[in-house]
Amino acid sequence: MADLALSSPVVRQSRLLAALQRGGARLWVGAAVVALLVLVAVLAPVLAPHDALEQDLMSAQLPPSWIVGGDHAYLLGTDSLGRCVLSRLIYSARTAVMVALVAATLAALIGVALGLFAGSFGGWVDQAISRLIDVWMAFPPVLLSIVLAAVIGAGLTSVIAAIVVVDWTRFARVVRAETMVQLTRDYAAAARVIGLSRAKLLRLEILPNLVPLLATLLAVEMGIAILVEVILSFVGISVSGDTPTWGSMIAEGRQIVYQAPWIMALPIGCIITSVIGFNLLGDGLRLALDPVQRS
Amino acid sequence: MRWGEIIRRLVLVPPTLFGVAVIVFVLLRVVPGDPIAMMIPPGASEADIARLRALYGLDQPILQQFSTWLGQVASGDFGKSISVHQGVLELLLERLPATIELALLATLIAVVLGVLTALAGILLRGRRAEWAVDGGIGVLLAIPDFLWALILLLVFGVLLPWLPISGRVDPQIDVHLHSNFYLLESLLTGRFAIAFALLHHMILPALALALPFAALVARILKASLTEAEDQDYAQIARARGYSRPDILLHEVLPNALIPTVALGGVQVTLLLGGTVLVERIFSYEGIGNMAIDAVINRDFPLIQGLVLTFAVLFIALNLAIDLIVTVLDPRLRHG
Amino acid sequence: MTATLEIDGLKVAIGAANVLRGVSLALQPREVRGLVGESGAGKSMLGRAVLGLLPANATIISGSITFEGRNLLAMHETERRKLLGRRIALIPQDPMTSLNPVKRVGVQIGNLLRHHLGVSKRVALARASELLAEVAIREPARVLSLYPHEISGGMRQRVLIAMAFACDPALVIADEPTTALDVTVQRQVLQLVERLRQRHGSAVLFVTHDLGVVAKICGSMTVLHGGRVLEDGETADVLARPRHAYTRALLAATPRADRPAEALRPVPPALIEQLWSEARRLDRLTIAGPT
Repeated sequence: MADLALSSPVVRQSRLLAALQRGGARLWVGAAVVALLVLVAVLAPVLAPHDALEQDLMSAQLPPSWIVGGDHAYLLGTDSLGRCVLSRLIYSARTAVMVALVAATLAALIGVALGLFAGSFGGWVDQAISRLIDVWMAFPPVLLSIVLAAVIGAGLTSVIAAIVVVDWTRFARVVRAETMVQLTRDYAAAARVIGLSRAKLLRLEILPNLVPLLATLLAVEMGIAILVEVILSFVGISVSGDTPTWGSMIAEGRQIVYQAPWIMALPIGCIITSVIGFNLLGDGLRLALDPVQRS
Repeated sequence: MRWGEIIRRLVLVPPTLFGVAVIVFVLLRVVPGDPIAMMIPPGASEADIARLRALYGLDQPILQQFSTWLGQVASGDFGKSISVHQGVLELLLERLPATIELALLATLIAVVLGVLTALAGILLRGRRAEWAVDGGIGVLLAIPDFLWALILLLVFGVLLPWLPISGRVDPQIDVHLHSNFYLLESLLTGRFAIAFALLHHMILPALALALPFAALVARILKASLTEAEDQDYAQIARARGYSRPDILLHEVLPNALIPTVALGGVQVTLLLGGTVLVERIFSYEGIGNMAIDAVINRDFPLIQGLVLTFAVLFIALNLAIDLIVTVLDPRLRHG
Repeated sequence: MTATLEIDGLKVAIGAANVLRGVSLALQPREVRGLVGESGAGKSMLGRAVLGLLPANATIISGSITFEGRNLLAMHETERRKLLGRRIALIPQDPMTSLNPVKRVGVQIGNLLRHHLGVSKRVALARASELLAEVAIREPARVLSLYPHEISGGMRQRVLIAMAFACDPALVIADEPTTALDVTVQRQVLQLVERLRQRHGSAVLFVTHDLGVVAKICGSMTVLHGGRVLEDGETADVLARPRHAYTRALLAATPRADRPAEALRPVPPALIEQLWSEARRLDRLTIAGPT
């Protein structure tokens, strides 16, 4: 840490550049997709041509505007209640981004804390946390999150809570294993010899070495969180009916899939693009931050 | 040594299941959401509600409820479903075979597809086409099963209306089978018309479950094959006059399968978890689809039974994988 | 009489680097020839070229490899595969990694016999048992049912020797078969190779860096350096009257019972530098003029 403060800005900049190069196309494409998604979410009120909830039963189930029977006012057509599909897609991105950021961050915080505890204390602490992870892994994650979301009740908070409660193990397992490995390395032993306390050792030596791994996991987890939100709203137990989500659009589209397949196809396209974006970002980050390749 | 490890794992099964039971039970009861409130008709009296609560034992203290339930489960009684008014065990036995058949078919497709892709990839090793194989694997892997389900439904059910998109079998077909393992039974008893009708319905959901898993199998197997082919024994096989396909199949594959089963096998549990949504999307009558209804209806006894069933399946699968690896690898078999 | 193996002007490059720079040598039936050189001399590459085991990025620039009058390099792959393992066999360097870890010893030997001789499973197993007895393995029936990790390194090497001689090959390429073994086992292995080649009437190309081994079992020898043949002749002649300075230096660097250890001298660096510059000059000639 200290050497970073001493090194000149030029050196730091070139290091950053080198890291960006290592990330390659994956990093750039991933970052671009994610940035676009966040931008759409933030600017939703500006970008959406209609109110996402405004119903117009006179023009229900319109196809996209370039297809015969389409209406120029509704670029991507309308759903069975005559709501603008494009506007609903844009507002759904808001829900998705919100869930992704909050849920992934919270899951990471809990998982990292427990993983560090288990990995550095060992003994019964490790045993207890490891058993807990074992029990958790015996649940089908999708089912568990559905159960959780259902019992907690509808709403964004319950979706986020469900994701956090299910997915903290992803972080805990990896951090626990990695902490154990790092603690056996020479630098950790050296740090202990010079009298660093356990907390300080974790904060100053172990945690910085976990950063590349965590950044990657976090990006991937955000993609997963988006998927879980989609699943929950598809099943019909996510946010309340008047908040548009990709999942609920798919569920509604499934009902009239033979009459209006585009209503289901469009949100699927959005989800796939976002998830692949987060995966590419994760891959790119892993390549860019890998400390082995950095030296 | 290895057998000892498996025995140790077996010993850990009851406590893990107990832990699962405790968590489900507590989770369902400490958080708000009343199953009785969902089933009473409007205008029911306080007394009616109290009577219903007593009927399902929901008026007891939670510890009491838990020990009662645990005692019943231990004697094979999973209680009665609140929403379907049927025994939980009965419901499970009726629906579980459908899910098992779907998961088996999906695993079969995934293994065949994955092994073929990996072999194609290794045969093309060092050529430009190898890159295409790797890219294809990457795309298959990035998209989860339920999205595949939606895509397949849209493409092969709607845009190209080739296959049915809901149910286990056409309603007008009278299956008349003795067990609930429709596919297995109709195949074994030679009633291929029914088997064909079943497969017609199963192919899309099975493919959706299989695609990401096939990609996973292909990725692990291809890496293992590449490593094994560079080993001395594979090189020496070339000097003994065996052809490359021969060497890949008989010398390299048996070695590469060991890490593939060990790493990929664990992921079968993911495929099993994936049945929940894929069954829902294709209105397939398995336990996954039933689980979602149970949750929406706050059907506590049914949810508990279902989660325990999934947990048992998960644990059993993990043990089975360990056993298969032990059989495949002679170095693990002794001592 | 047709030579068993005749290599003529063989040039091989790996990527842009030349590893064999025009090697010629011949092996008569039943001849045992030592192929000597330090690591990087190209001796293993020569063996690999005969067996068709050159790495994927290697190219044969020119030259021929003739086995019993037939050019291996011009032959169709399926034709060559019929010779490999049957008429031309290999004793590999490292017995620990050269057997398939998931197959029983009996299955590995049996498959080889069935592949090349087309015998039944039962006949193959009976023959495998005889082969193991031939390489002095006690309880051959028991060893056949074992996996490679269950037998010692010395025993694995004996299994590999048995496999090499299983189909009565005309030529055996022994690729430093004693390097990975300890000294006491080394001598047994050398005796075995000697006994089996006499019984099966095979010629042996013995690749090694150990002049002591060459003196013990090879009637003739070839000294290789930088992908070139520096010296070639009867072992007794070469060892008594080495013509090339490099061979003399190698001899001076080899420990001998009749000489004190202090008499050992390393190969002079100046000599090595000179040899490499000669090799590079050869490359330039190749590029400039017709081959």
